[in-house]
Amino acid sequence: MTIEIKTSTLEPVRNTFANIERRFGDKPASRYQEATYDLQAETNFHYRPLWQPEFELNDKNRTKIVMEDWYALKDPRQFYYGAYVQQRAKMQEAAESSYWLFEKRNLADYLSDDVKNLLITYLIPLRHIENTANLNNMYGCAFGYGTAITQALLYNAMDRLGIAQYLSRIGLMLDGNTGQSLIESKQHWMENPAWQGIRALCEEMTTVEDWFEVVLAQNLVMDTLVFNLFYEQLDGKLAAMGGRDIAMLTEFMQAWNKDVNKWFDSVLKTVASESDENKALLHAWTEKWQSKVLDALKPVIQELLEPEALDLAVAELEKRIKKAGITA
Amino acid sequence: MSAKKLNLKDKYRLLTRDLDWEYSYVDRKKAFPYEEFEGIKITDWSKWEDPFRLTMDAYWKYQAEKEKKLYAIFDAFAQNNGHLNVTDARYVNAIKIFLTGVSPLEYQAYQGYAHVGRQFGGAGARVACQMQSIDELRHVQTQIHAMSHYNKYFDGFQDWTHMHDRVWYLSVPKSFFDDARSAGPFEFLIAISFSFEYVLTNLLFVPFMSGAAHNGDMATCTFGFSAQSDEARHMTLGLEIIKFLLEQHEDNVPIVQKWIDKWFWRGTRLLSIVAMMMDYMLPNKVMSWKEAWEVYFEEAGGALFKDLARYGIRMPKFVEVTEKEKEHVSHQAWWIFYNYGHAAGFHTWIPSDEELDWLSEKYPDTFDKYYRPRWELAKKMEAEGKRFYSQALPQLCTTCQIPMGFTKMDDPTQIAYRSSDYEGEKYHFCSDGCKHIFDEEPEKYVQSWLPVHQIYQGNCGGASVEEVLRDYYKLNLGADNLDIKGSPDEQRWKEWKGVA
Ligand SMILES: [Fe+2]
Ligand SMILES: [Fe+2]
Ligand SMILES: [Zn+2]
Repeated sequence: MTIEIKTSTLEPVRNTFANIERRFGDKPASRYQEATYDLQAETNFHYRPLWQPEFELNDKNRTKIVMEDWYALKDPRQFYYGAYVQQRAKMQEAAESSYWLFEKRNLADYLSDDVKNLLITYLIPLRHIENTANLNNMYGCAFGYGTAITQALLYNAMDRLGIAQYLSRIGLMLDGNTGQSLIESKQHWMENPAWQGIRALCEEMTTVEDWFEVVLAQNLVMDTLVFNLFYEQLDGKLAAMGGRDIAMLTEFMQAWNKDVNKWFDSVLKTVASESDENKALLHAWTEKWQSKVLDALKPVIQELLEPEALDLAVAELEKRIKKAGITA
Repeated sequence: MSAKKLNLKDKYRLLTRDLDWEYSYVDRKKAFPYEEFEGIKITDWSKWEDPFRLTMDAYWKYQAEKEKKLYAIFDAFAQNNGHLNVTDARYVNAIKIFLTGVSPLEYQAYQGYAHVGRQFGGAGARVACQMQSIDELRHVQTQIHAMSHYNKYFDGFQDWTHMHDRVWYLSVPKSFFDDARSAGPFEFLIAISFSFEYVLTNLLFVPFMSGAAHNGDMATCTFGFSAQSDEARHMTLGLEIIKFLLEQHEDNVPIVQKWIDKWFWRGTRLLSIVAMMMDYMLPNKVMSWKEAWEVYFEEAGGALFKDLARYGIRMPKFVEVTEKEKEHVSHQAWWIFYNYGHAAGFHTWIPSDEELDWLSEKYPDTFDKYYRPRWELAKKMEAEGKRFYSQALPQLCTTCQIPMGFTKMDDPTQIAYRSSDYEGEKYHFCSDGCKHIFDEEPEKYVQSWLPVHQIYQGNCGGASVEEVLRDYYKLNLGADNLDIKGSPDEQRWKEWKGVA
């Protein structure tokens, strides 16, 4: 007697969605691909926005940058929502245990008044810069084109809100949860002459119209300089002042900065290599914002760090600019 | 140092809206330019009550836990060929409509909330909208991933985003959301957060998710339940925005009322697709559309509007029409699709005898009188080998874009034609509700991209309907469209199930 063994493998009719197949061929696709490409409506919009009748709802002309295919700006981290939140959850878990330890061991009590003052005057106010970064990335998300870039900008915007909240928590740990340190640090932000240049610049950035310009001004120029100065360089100074433990609380920001630069550098590189016109625009914007941000930072950095600090930060920025291929 | 420790509410305020500040160096209106043109008066953003208090670290943590579970189920579903567990191949057509018609709206919600999440001057409202934006991105992406497996085994899913931009019946949901997003930020919130998410959302999600649960569709049902805790947050935002606007200034009341009237009607028209899905497309029924309407709108909505009466808000205009419509709308909608089944990206069919009886029982006042005879006729013709399809292109309602197939609700034998003249042109509507919406904002609705007009004007490729369907819509003709009987979907299903 022969037994017929039925192989119950079901042959699929197709491997992936047709739009993915048109882009990458008829083969199994990744979750990032299926959740990213061609999601945004391209054509046949019904009504022009009442708030911007000169544009369609989704419109490539909200920036001067021109891309043949905006989906070329893929994310090397392959973040779709699920991948993004899971990655950030891991980072927050690490941060949470540091914050927990810091509180449990009452490490704030070991900080000198000088260190505490320095933090309230110069570090905690960064939460307002992060708030601006949140707005600027939201702006790019809302007015940008194609899911590849807009989803990454939204993740970035939410990250900035998260960082602003971590910075606020540092303040709350210093003041024993009364909020006093946040009130003081906001006063510095609002009134301390050293901060006014940066505050004015943040306000100005939220009025820039071209979404790619403001995203570049924020994520390339402002962030490279600010993260280098206020996290890396300030870390050294804090350590010398007996405030080494603060590094536990800013580890998230440093790890985050590396993660995000990987993405944004690749975006810039793709945009720059698309055309000479793009490259020229990126170059002009970089120059313009570099000089604005440096001018604005000067007074606060003069008070906070060594004279060569700004040059070190600029060297960092120039490295990134070169890497992205943004040349005159 | 005798300052008091913070309570949760004040702490959340410090962690969100206190990040913002009064501008001194540029005009704040240049940074937030769209807050005034709708005529809404905001006197004090600080009165905004945060509808939920969720910091980003907690958000990452909770959402990551949810995604971990959700994707574990998707993986298992694919590995075990979960699609074989649905009731029958007809069911899958309900989720084809979902992916092509609803998922793109989740995408538009992501975009719309990103826009208002940047533009509101009040940081509390802004942050709540940003969180909704990222949630809505989650919804569209998890829906794609849930359907990804179905797409490998059934027709009609494969070009969902291309279809959404072009196919005639998909302009109904698309124009709905285009309408909301092209409006000002406050109207957008009244349209989507309040009228849709708060008042009507149960009529969209309960039918699809319980439909999935009743019909063995593990993938859809899991993402539905997983999205529920997000939706709970979205609903609190809907309630907060309406209370906030009504309490800010009495001049806001008539504006908000006008928006409620408009978006309630727009919403009911959009839901007619859900109505037919519930009554005709689910092999295992959940409840009838009429019952769903009574439970989720008439009872729940009735209580809500009683509550809002103290602000001077009344029930939406034309609500009395919906009371009659609930008896008819699902039957008329499925009939339209049965007639145009050759031009649809999913399959249609005649209800089985048991299903006809179920409909008679659920609609004792209307089904046997008006609708059963049509199906009996269709059955007879099908038995004679004469399954019919309407060849003429239908006229569409300028507002909701549904083919003009709905009847007068007092006389279900008469199509309800309405029209308006505007700048020398005539515009047609399916109902008084749609005509009223047009008359309030004709400059907006004359722009409508009406698929049938566009075909006639030659803007959709070829000269024949077949060319439009094949080349412009990219339907796989003979596979995606036509009756379920004889379709490749049905054939494969029979092979998998080992029935002849
Ligand atoms: Fe959603
Ligand atoms: Fe929602
Ligand atoms: Zn209509």
